[in-house]
Amino acid sequence: MPQALHHLKETASQTAGPYVHIGLAPGAAGFDIYRNELGHDIAGPDAAGERIRIEGVVFDGTGAPVKDVLIETWQADANGIHAHPGDPRSSEVAPGFRGWGRVICDFDTGLWGFDTIKPGSVSGQAGKPMAPHISLWIVARGINIGLSTRLYFSDEAAANASDPVLGLIEQVHRRQTLIASRGERDGKPLYRFDIRLQGDGETVFLDI
Amino acid sequence: MTKPAAFFQRDRTWHPPALTPDYKTSVARSPRLALLSIENSASELTGPVFGHGDIDPGDADLIRNYASTGDPVGERIIVHGRVLDESGRPVPKTLVEIWQANAGGRYRHRKDTYLAPIDPNFGGCGRTLTDAAGGYAFRTIKPGAYPWRNWVNNWRPAHIHISVFGSGFAQRLITQMYFEGDPLIQRCPIVRSIPDPRAIEQLIAPLDMNAAVPLDCLAYKFDIVLRGTRSTLFENRLEGN
Ligand SMILES: [Fe+3]
Repeated sequence: MPQALHHLKETASQTAGPYVHIGLAPGAAGFDIYRNELGHDIAGPDAAGERIRIEGVVFDGTGAPVKDVLIETWQADANGIHAHPGDPRSSEVAPGFRGWGRVICDFDTGLWGFDTIKPGSVSGQAGKPMAPHISLWIVARGINIGLSTRLYFSDEAAANASDPVLGLIEQVHRRQTLIASRGERDGKPLYRFDIRLQGDGETVFLDI
Repeated sequence: MTKPAAFFQRDRTWHPPALTPDYKTSVARSPRLALLSIENSASELTGPVFGHGDIDPGDADLIRNYASTGDPVGERIIVHGRVLDESGRPVPKTLVEIWQANAGGRYRHRKDTYLAPIDPNFGGCGRTLTDAAGGYAFRTIKPGAYPWRNWVNNWRPAHIHISVFGSGFAQRLITQMYFEGDPLIQRCPIVRSIPDPRAIEQLIAPLDMNAAVPLDCLAYKFDIVLRGTRSTLFENRLEGN
């Protein structure tokens, strides 16, 4: 026998289940318990950058909306800086910017949405710039381990074309599943980003 | 802080696969195409940071954090342990959030219609930050088993749902903790979505009499392991660089 490595194994994932809101968003479960619920302050009013809204629906393999989904979002500020001590420029992060959000959907329609600022470009492997994007993590009943994906922006065609992650998607038409389409509501930018868990147009999910 | 190093690759054979037909809801909610594996960038190595301004110390006491007319009904317990990484290093100052049913197996959720009663003094959620040694503790009520629609007579073993962050978004994890000695564990299709019996054992908290409070409450110990970090023994030289 060789020497033992003594590494521990990561705790196995289990589904968040249908009542995930109790723990992570109790207001949505129907009661008020904490002084503040977390994840509502992605980009405070003082954070510079273009104010945008993103909306979408998560669909299952039959095309039905997933109405118990909870999504967490993580992004850089408008200058591509993350509010995290591991970012070498973290001391310069926009004031009031946290970059993390917790988003639940409407229990009747499955529609979810959040307000943020459009992130800047972040450098990836070997310093190559990545197109502006938001990382998403999706949990729900029936999802055994949280699904990771990225949201890119339709008005960043040039940056998207040279993005190292989008470029890894072999079936070129599937790259579209990660691109939110820009529109407008009441004169304000609104992106639509539907997520398909399975079947036609299945979203590209990432093993990060 | 120096630039964070990449995480160990997640062992997807240890976690449940997306499609586990005995857990029926997974059938239509599981991606069928392969995940795209990407190297960690800043987007995965960083993640939200929480502080004591975000939460209150009382949030970790589920016996008291929603009580209005008295204590909740049920078996009083402490759930405590450490959050570690795969190298055995403590993960300090990370957010741990839990939620659970009450002693009768009923959730305080607008969508739960199980006939067991709501406990007016029990909310069913708590949260805390790990200390410098990665330690955490909650005080709560032992949750009851409850039936769920899968097969016609499926019952969930008593369990507590647990959410943990770590330092990078790629460590994000939600799991469930079970209780030593529960005969429902091995019968549960959600538990059995995990292929390796050792990975299931890792989700079962042992009774910990040394942490019990005499004449007050029992205790269970539950350590949580997040992905480890690759050490940079040599400067990284990427292919083609
Ligand atoms: Fe549950």
